[in-house]
Amino acid sequence: MSILDFIRQPWAWWVSGIAIAAIMVILILFGKKFGLSTNLETMCTILGAGRSIEYFRVDWKKSAWNLLFLVGAALGGWVSAHWLSSPEPLKLSAATMRDLQKLNIHFDGQTAPSQLFNLGYGFTPRGLILFLGGGILIGFGTRYASGCTSGHAISGLSNLQLPSLIAVIGFFIGGLVATHLLFPLIFQS
Amino acid sequence: MMKGLKYIIAGVVFGIIMSKSEAVSWYRIQEMFRFQSFHMYGIIGTAVVVGMIAIAIIKKNRLKDISGKLIVISDKEKGWKRYLIGGTIFGLGWAFTGACPGPIFVLLGQGYQVMLLVIAGALLGTWLFGAVNKKLPY
Repeated sequence: MSILDFIRQPWAWWVSGIAIAAIMVILILFGKKFGLSTNLETMCTILGAGRSIEYFRVDWKKSAWNLLFLVGAALGGWVSAHWLSSPEPLKLSAATMRDLQKLNIHFDGQTAPSQLFNLGYGFTPRGLILFLGGGILIGFGTRYASGCTSGHAISGLSNLQLPSLIAVIGFFIGGLVATHLLFPLIFQS
Repeated sequence: MMKGLKYIIAGVVFGIIMSKSEAVSWYRIQEMFRFQSFHMYGIIGTAVVVGMIAIAIIKKNRLKDISGKLIVISDKEKGWKRYLIGGTIFGLGWAFTGACPGPIFVLLGQGYQVMLLVIAGALLGTWLFGAVNKKLPY
């Protein structure tokens, strides 16, 4: 097995966890912090949100490094999809497959269901709720909570921050409500 | 330019980690919110435990960053309303899209163009927050 084949396999959870912590530590050693949702604010500032809203009147150049990190993340996604993808289907639990089937979502072994994740579906009423609506909730929620999975669940909990624990509890309340109460309404109606 | 390159490289590695760990998978996020697999909990749990140890070592040894400045990891602002309400709103969006702010861009890089809709929404949501933030409870 070549090194490339070795990397191409899906990574074990503990390898992934250690690697994510390593990224956080590297950014700390660079004098920065690991938190991605700040980028949404920076982008609004660059797009001119500061003209009408004081909140966005900040020096975005201080956060430019984080935008570069985000560009890198997208490149990393491209590299993974083109050179490092595993030929095997995703090993999803059978129970999740059955639950999704009840919502008329068919498991196709990809990263995300191709049935939903295409622009055509994105512009249907359900697709707009899921993707545009989901995006609005992500933008508003992460800025209100001043952090997302990276800033609170990883960086904040690693630094024993109670606010981050409260935020993560919130993430799960939202996720559970969406999955168990809203998905049946959206997909079965 | 060289100063910025290290952030791009760190980002590329992060994008590969998120892809190969399948943490960017909508299916995996569904599995997590249905408590049907240990996978995502294992990833987050390991990252937090390793991160805690690393931060404890950094603080205890008063390590310096690459520019020679003492590393200070600031505490989050006190309060609970913004974290609970904001966190819950974000959690809804996380389940809807199967992605959080990093993975949105990783998935775009993987070729999922529908993420452009999520990005447009996220910018709209951020803009909206900026417009009303003074009226919200913290």
